[in-house]
Amino acid sequence: MIEVEGLTKYYGNYHALKGVTFSVKKGEILGFLGPNGSGKTTTMRILTCFFPPTSGKAKVAGFDVFEEPLEVRRRIGYLPENVPLYKDMTVEDYLAFAAGIKGVDGRKIKDTVARVMDECALTGVSYKLIAELSKGYRQRVGLAQALVNDPEVLILDEPTIGLDPKQIIEIRKLIKGLAGQRTIILSTHILPEVSMTCQRVVIINEGRVVAIDTPQNLTSKVEGANRFSVKIDGPSQHVIKELETIQGVEKVIKKGASANGIGDYIVESIKGRDIRKEIAPRIVNKGWALLELKPHEMSLEDIFVKLVTKE
Amino acid sequence: MRIFYLIFKKEFKSYFASPVAYVVITMFLILAGYFFYNSLALFSTISFQATMNPMLAKQVGLLNITESVVRPLFGNISVILLLMVPLLTMRLFSEEKKSGTIELLLTYPVTDMQVLLGKFLSCMAVFVIMIALTAIYPVLLIAFGQPETGPIITGYIGLFLVGASFISLGIFASSLTENQIIAATVAFGLLLLFWMISFSASLAGQTMGDILSYISLTAHWEGFAKGVIDTEDIVYYLIFISLFLFLTLRILESKKWRG
Repeated sequence: MIEVEGLTKYYGNYHALKGVTFSVKKGEILGFLGPNGSGKTTTMRILTCFFPPTSGKAKVAGFDVFEEPLEVRRRIGYLPENVPLYKDMTVEDYLAFAAGIKGVDGRKIKDTVARVMDECALTGVSYKLIAELSKGYRQRVGLAQALVNDPEVLILDEPTIGLDPKQIIEIRKLIKGLAGQRTIILSTHILPEVSMTCQRVVIINEGRVVAIDTPQNLTSKVEGANRFSVKIDGPSQHVIKELETIQGVEKVIKKGASANGIGDYIVESIKGRDIRKEIAPRIVNKGWALLELKPHEMSLEDIFVKLVTKE
Repeated sequence: MRIFYLIFKKEFKSYFASPVAYVVITMFLILAGYFFYNSLALFSTISFQATMNPMLAKQVGLLNITESVVRPLFGNISVILLLMVPLLTMRLFSEEKKSGTIELLLTYPVTDMQVLLGKFLSCMAVFVIMIALTAIYPVLLIAFGQPETGPIITGYIGLFLVGASFISLGIFASSLTENQIIAATVAFGLLLLFWMISFSASLAGQTMGDILSYISLTAHWEGFAKGVIDTEDIVYYLIFISLFLFLTLRILESKKWRG
């Protein structure tokens, strides 16, 4: 549905994108992850035909963004970063304007606007001026205008920024509900958002793609080893020694200890060997107490930091 | 066509959704009314004195309401427009650039041309309302005197063309910047320059002088106020309008190749 190949963009001398390549399948939700200034918004602006790339190709729904921008624009819904809206218009008027301009049939505009207002929970504020709305409502109006032409592709630049936690959950639910029929690219720097809503993640840093994968694969790829966190009541010196004698254990790290002799450890083992079965009997045989044993998962935050600070 | 109409409608409404149009139209009418009153009062005083004193009548020469009231009226209105039009045009692109709405507008399936014409004609519509309201003055003159209708009609045709020229230059200035004050200043400065550039025609050489007086907005306006429609003048205004609309279109397009 979306194909991006070798995209570069210069702003004067500043090299914002340095050959970004990725593709998105129909019906997929792709998370676009990166620190501020990494080139997320620039990529999105190219995909929405706001400006063309310096070099490279991008196709949306089979149309080249440079050759046939009008065809591309007809098929997308775009929510820009700071949700720029005409503040002197009412919600309903604005959505009707957006619907008309995006080519919704004149007789269907009323129904379409009513439908998106319902989807985005805007019906209660339809007669209010956009200037009077709170940030959360403006965000929803922005999403509603993106949806108003029932687009094949949705491009959302940080859709949940500035919302309260309840609204965030609602918007995420809404976005998830839109998947399937629509292809969605969603940029964010809130990491849990990606693992919650996206099927695939593109991590971009300093204008380069540093990783493309599913959130699960990324986790296991970056980890490189099996890690477990263990909580044991026993003398820590001996505990570490004992754990290290288990076959397959590479490293034991003591994370901390509480006053009563209970210690937290991280045990790293080689991949493909489950050492959990062996930990319990060893500890018990020594007369210590095993209080906790669980796989230590790297969060997306850890992966992100690891990838982005690699160089 | 439909998209153009939607943009036109939105822009036109937005003039009246904020106080901009009301304030500009009101101030314009106050000034125009003031100048009209002055020239009319002067004319009636002199006429009254002339009826008492035939010698004076001979001295002031031909007392003619068209020459003494109608013509100055159009001259004054055109100068007030010079001040007021930049205030109408300054927001057209600058505001969208500043608030970022241009990003949404230009990622909708619209062409730059549709956006430009929608904005240009919405401003023209406000302008037409503005000068249509001044029609009360000629109507009063016709009710109480016998002005020639010809120069009144050509005067309005001239005002229409001059106004359209001002607006096209104003839109161009607005497309250059995201700051409305800069847009208004640039528009006003350039308009004033185009208005007065013929003043230096006599100082420049023969050829240069001809060129300067030809490109001046004033030189082409005087005919209309006198009741003369010259195709050369019409062509001049049409070229002026198209040139600045074309330049605006280039500015909008420049985001495609500018880094």
